[in-house]
Amino acid sequence: MRRIVSILLLVIVAFGISLSLAKIPFGTLKTKVGRHYINEGVKETGATNIVTSVVVSYRGFDTLGEVTVLFIAAIGLGAVLTTSRKEKIRKIEPASLILSTGCRLLFPLILVFGTYVFIHGHLTPGGGFQGGAIIASGFLLIYLGCRERRISRTASNLAESLGGLIFVVIGLLGLVFGGYFLLNFLPKGTANALFSAGVIPIIYIAIGFKVGSELASIIDNLIEES
Amino acid sequence: MIFVFFLILLMLIAAIAASIFRDLISAVIATALVSLIAAILFYLLQAPDVAMAEAAIGAALTTAIFIIAIRRTKRYEE
Repeated sequence: MRRIVSILLLVIVAFGISLSLAKIPFGTLKTKVGRHYINEGVKETGATNIVTSVVVSYRGFDTLGEVTVLFIAAIGLGAVLTTSRKEKIRKIEPASLILSTGCRLLFPLILVFGTYVFIHGHLTPGGGFQGGAIIASGFLLIYLGCRERRISRTASNLAESLGGLIFVVIGLLGLVFGGYFLLNFLPKGTANALFSAGVIPIIYIAIGFKVGSELASIIDNLIEES
Repeated sequence: MIFVFFLILLMLIAAIAASIFRDLISAVIATALVSLIAAILFYLLQAPDVAMAEAAIGAALTTAIFIIAIRRTKRYEE
C-alpha cells in the first residue's frame, strides 16, 4: 500500500515538473545578458572560449568563492583524517608488472594533457578546474599502480597556497589599477593567440595548480588512512 | 538520434541498478557509468567544458573515493 502511494506521488510530482519544464523554450536566447556574452565576449575579454570569459572575467568573484569552498573541504578532510595518524609500518603489496609499467608510462602523458587543458583554457574547451581534475586523476593512477610512491606534502601545499595567493593578488592588483576587483588590467592582445586575454590565462593556471594539488592531497589523505 | 536514446536508456538502467545492487562496489561502478554517459551527453549537447569536468571528477575521482571508503567499511549491504 505504501509503495503504491509513493509511486503515485512520484508520478504526480514528475508530471508537474515536466509540465512546468515544457513551457521553457530550449536553445533560444531569451536573456539579454547571455546575448551580450556571446556577441561582445571576445571583444571585451579577449578570450575565444566564452565559458572561460564568463567563469574568470564576468563572474570571476563567484569563481573565487568556488575555489574557497574546495579549499575548505580539503582542509576539513585533512583535519578529520590526520588526527589519528600514527607512524605505523605497513607492508605495501606491489602492483603487478603490467599495471605499474602502464601507470609509469601514462602518468607523464596525463600530466601534460592536464597542463595543456588549463594553459589553453581561454582558447579551447576546458580550464583550471578541468585541468586540475585531470592532473589529480593522474596522481590517482600513480597511487594505484606504484603504491610505494608518494607525493611530497610540502610541494602540494606550496602549489595550493601559491595558486590561491596568485588569484587573490591579481584580483587586488585590478583593484589598484582600475578601481574594481579582478579587473583585466593586462593588454588583451590578439584573439586566438596563446598570450592573449590579459590576466585570464594567469588566473586559470593558478586555479589549475590549486585544484590539482587540492584533489591530489584529498586522495593522498584518504589512501594514507585506508 | 537513436544513439542518444540508447545512451539515455543505458543511463536510466545504470541508475536503477545502482540503487538495487547489494554489492556496493557494483553500485559504485554503475554510478560511474551514469557519470560517463552524462559526460558523453554533455559533449553531444555542445558543452565540452562541462563534459570534461564530469568525466574527470564524476567518473574517475568520485568512484575512487567511494571505493576507498568501501574498503574501510563493509562491501555488502544487509
